[in-house]
Amino acid sequence: MAAVRRLSLSSSAAPLRRLLILRPFSSSSADDQRVLTVETSLPFIGHKIDPPSRSVDTTPNELLSFFRDMSMMRRMEIAADSLYKAKLIRGFCHLYDGQEAVAVGMEAAITKRDAIITAYRDHCIYLGRGGSLVESFTELMGRRSGCSRGKGGSMHFYKKDSGFYGGHGIVGAQVPLGCGVAFAQKYSKDENVTFAMYGDGAANQGQLFEALNISALWDLPVILVCENNHYGMGTAEWRAAKSPAYYKRGDYVPGLKVDGMDAFAVKQACKFAKDYALKNGPLVLVQSYDFFEHYKMVLILEMDTYRYHGHSMSDPGSTYRTRDEISGVRQERDPIERIRKLILSHELATAAELKDIEKVVRKEVDEAIAQAKETPMPDPSELFTNVYVKGFGVEAFGADRKEVKAFLP
Amino acid sequence: MALRGLGRRISIGKRCFSSASEVEKRPRDGKQINLFSAINQALHIALETDSRAYVFGEDVGFGGVFRCTTGLADRFGRNRVFNTPLCEQGIAGFAIGLAAMGNRAIAEIQFADYIYPAFDQIVNEAAKFRYRSGNQFNCGGLTIRSPYGAVGHGGHYHSQSPEAFFCHVPGLKVVIPRSPQQAKGLLLACIRDPNPVVFFEPKWLYRLAVEEVPERDYMLPLSQAEVIRQGSDITLVGWGAQLSVLERACDEAAKDGISCELIDLRTLIPWDKETVEASVRKTGRLLVSHEAPVTGGFGAEISASIAERCFLRLEAPVARICGLDTPFPLVYEPFYMPTKNKVLDAIKATVNY
Repeated sequence: MAAVRRLSLSSSAAPLRRLLILRPFSSSSADDQRVLTVETSLPFIGHKIDPPSRSVDTTPNELLSFFRDMSMMRRMEIAADSLYKAKLIRGFCHLYDGQEAVAVGMEAAITKRDAIITAYRDHCIYLGRGGSLVESFTELMGRRSGCSRGKGGSMHFYKKDSGFYGGHGIVGAQVPLGCGVAFAQKYSKDENVTFAMYGDGAANQGQLFEALNISALWDLPVILVCENNHYGMGTAEWRAAKSPAYYKRGDYVPGLKVDGMDAFAVKQACKFAKDYALKNGPLVLVQSYDFFEHYKMVLILEMDTYRYHGHSMSDPGSTYRTRDEISGVRQERDPIERIRKLILSHELATAAELKDIEKVVRKEVDEAIAQAKETPMPDPSELFTNVYVKGFGVEAFGADRKEVKAFLP
Repeated sequence: MALRGLGRRISIGKRCFSSASEVEKRPRDGKQINLFSAINQALHIALETDSRAYVFGEDVGFGGVFRCTTGLADRFGRNRVFNTPLCEQGIAGFAIGLAAMGNRAIAEIQFADYIYPAFDQIVNEAAKFRYRSGNQFNCGGLTIRSPYGAVGHGGHYHSQSPEAFFCHVPGLKVVIPRSPQQAKGLLLACIRDPNPVVFFEPKWLYRLAVEEVPERDYMLPLSQAEVIRQGSDITLVGWGAQLSVLERACDEAAKDGISCELIDLRTLIPWDKETVEASVRKTGRLLVSHEAPVTGGFGAEISASIAERCFLRLEAPVARICGLDTPFPLVYEPFYMPTKNKVLDAIKATVNY
């Protein structure tokens, strides 16, 4: 049975909606399993490590699922843009369009038992981890059936059963957390890794280097992924960092520079990184001076990517970069277009069929939004839940200490 | 210390504030501008009058996310107005060092919610510098500006009011303006004050509050509270954006015949205990209101101090109308906030105690 990445809708949607890519084409299932080899757009550049090969094995299924998944992510982000402008989404909304290849490529290389932790640009990572469109939109709109029960919003998507540790507002703070998750994974010896993602702005945070040192010292199975979209809010990378070669910033930790707009490069790099991180040499128990040479486990991946939108919906994105730059990247390096060209050149589908997939995706997104709009807001009592562990019985006071008192549930 | 004089209410706009009496006495020479423009003017004046003043922070070069630093880089050059990388701890530490060399370091923390990585630097390095070096060194030229407070849709990390954490640190000053005209005067006073100051700007008022602000260089005194409205039945104390909520509650209470005295604390530490005490001696009742959670908020300090000083005069327990003891919520913001109706309820309950 072909393994296909599905973005499932909520259970209330008809099962027919779970579109599998296989059937629309005339090829048989055996063909869908044939291995194709694609070349990444650019070679990898390694820092203190030999980079992996540019040739990536894939199957027609995978190509088509990449196309579908990325189209869905793109459509979701654009829909979120409109919803924000219609004031259905409040708060801060940071969109990921342009960077979809990182989310999709990473998922292709790992399992749901590996952990991912990222900052606030997390909608598409959540989808990649198996989240549904309805859960995303309901969370964005603050409704009760959202993935964080409406209490997190755009910046705080979590999915425990797929190892997605969220969704963090303070940049850089998620990296030490990710290293902690990796420590737990190493302890439980379950051959899983953690991908701790951060941006080029956060790459200058001190706590990142603290966490890096600890991870390298203790050989934690963590991979630090810098999603370098070249702007930290409004500040270009060369203005913020003396060394914008983020893959080299680990110094004693090896790094790899990856074209983040090429889903296959991302997939290859993440696969390589996971294997590297899990490598357990037989010498692990030997205490010797240079034992760290044999099994350094931490790796830094720099994904060279780009966001089309501004930093958030409050940022037009054009005060610190030119529109020509944005449209230039869109023309030359758009991740979805790259996959489309690959599919067409390998004749796995016609242009019309791909357009149909996009139409279906658009329809799914619209239906998810409609469903989300109908969902009620959380109950006001939810304001007090989960401050502490349930039943802790902590007294909380309302506006006036004497008039309103409650025990937190 | 006598009660501060009454100011005529002169401003137009959604949030109405009265002006300070000191400025009242001078001829009208201002323009109607909003809070971020007033802060911008103050920064322009600060950099103009002191060639060793510097403004820096994340994204301040193009004007900042709230436009407070517009035009500074163009006018004073990128050597004096510059962007920093994304590292609050680094920004604070760097600012302290710069101030220790006798410069005026005006650092911006983009949102008060991000100030926590810098907390160690501010508390351990800045606040104690003069003390631990026996007055050999000091970082008095340090001013840290940061937008704080709810904005209607900010959520957990764009709405916090962390003033209470800093009020607990001897050696620091914490100042919070309520309006554009106050902000300009207070900010200039903070920048020129020979102590490290944390200046919180109510972000909700950046565009909403419009007031006539004099274009000249003027300062307002620190550690002096201002009585904005005279009253006889109850004293209300607040700061920043919360004052407009309190003012509306005062108006409503007046309809029920309750005469409220409204005080803007302005400087939270060292705070003007005398003014508040004198007011409570007059009215016999006190209500404190702030957006930060009620437990451990600065209202607790005010309550305890006034209870100590005015115990026998108090007719009712001190009321605190504050944010709830939860993290700042996302969709529940209207429930969390100390709204006008909550304040009104408490005014009535206190008066009828």
